[in-house]
Amino acid sequence: MELLIFYPLGALTVLLALGVVFNNSPIGSAVSLIGMMLGLAGVFILLSAHFIAVLQVIIYAGAIMVLFMFVIMLLNLKGDDRAWKTRERNLFLSVMTGVLLLGILYEFIEITNATTFREPATLAEDFGTTARVGTTLFTDYVLPFEVASILLLAAMVGAVVLAKTKVD
Amino acid sequence: MVPLSHYLILSAILFSIGVLGVLIRRNAIVVFMCIEIMLNAVNISLIAFDRHMNLHDGQIFSFMVMCVAAAEVSVGLAIVIALFRNRPTVNLDEFNLLKW
Repeated sequence: MELLIFYPLGALTVLLALGVVFNNSPIGSAVSLIGMMLGLAGVFILLSAHFIAVLQVIIYAGAIMVLFMFVIMLLNLKGDDRAWKTRERNLFLSVMTGVLLLGILYEFIEITNATTFREPATLAEDFGTTARVGTTLFTDYVLPFEVASILLLAAMVGAVVLAKTKVD
Repeated sequence: MVPLSHYLILSAILFSIGVLGVLIRRNAIVVFMCIEIMLNAVNISLIAFDRHMNLHDGQIFSFMVMCVAAAEVSVGLAIVIALFRNRPTVNLDEFNLLKW
C-alpha cells in the first residue's frame, strides 16, 4: 500500500528535479524546486519522520526558496536568463561525468542490496515525533546544536557584510 | 512497507541529477539550486537508514544539513549579489579572475 504512494511521489520528485536542471528561466527552476521540496516532505512523512517533514516545508520550501526568489527578482537579469546557458566547451565531458556518477551510485545500491540488512527494527511508538527528536537533540547532540547556532550567526554576519560592501 | 533500497535508489537518482545540473548549467543561481537538490538527496538516505534501524541520530544529522544549507544559501546568494554588482551577469564562465 505504501508503494502506491511512494512511486508517484518518487516519480514526481525526480521529474521536478529534472525540471530544475532543464528549465529555461531561473524562476521556473525555483518553482520546480519548491515542488520537489514538497514532494520530499511527502517522502519524509512516508518514512514517518514527521518533524523533519514539517521542517522541510518550513525551512526549505519556505525560507530558502523565498530567498532564492527574492534574489532572482532582485538581480533583474535582462536577456541573461532567456538562453539556456551551458558550459560551452566541456558539455560532452560533463554529461559523461554525470552518467558515470549515476553508474557508480547504481553499483553502490546493488552492493547494498546484495548485503543482507537485518530485519527492519520494530518502529517505536514515538518515532519521528517532535518530542522524541527534541529529546535526542538536547541530550546527545547538544554540542552540535550549539555549534550550529554559531555557524548561523557567522553566516548572517557574512551575508550582511558581503551584500553591503562593493567588490573592487 | 517500502524497502530500504527504494529510498536509496531515489536518493541516488536525485543526487546524480544535482551533480548533472552543477556540471552543465552556467547560471550561478541554478547551480545553487542543484546543490540544494544534492543536500536533499542526502537527507533521504539519512532518514531512510534512520527508519530502518529505529534510531533518531539520522534525523539530527538531516537537521544539521538543513542548518548548513540555510547558511550556505544566505552567504552564497550574498556572493552572487556582490558579483552581480561587479559585472552584470550571473554566468559562471565569465568569472575567471582566479583562474590561471
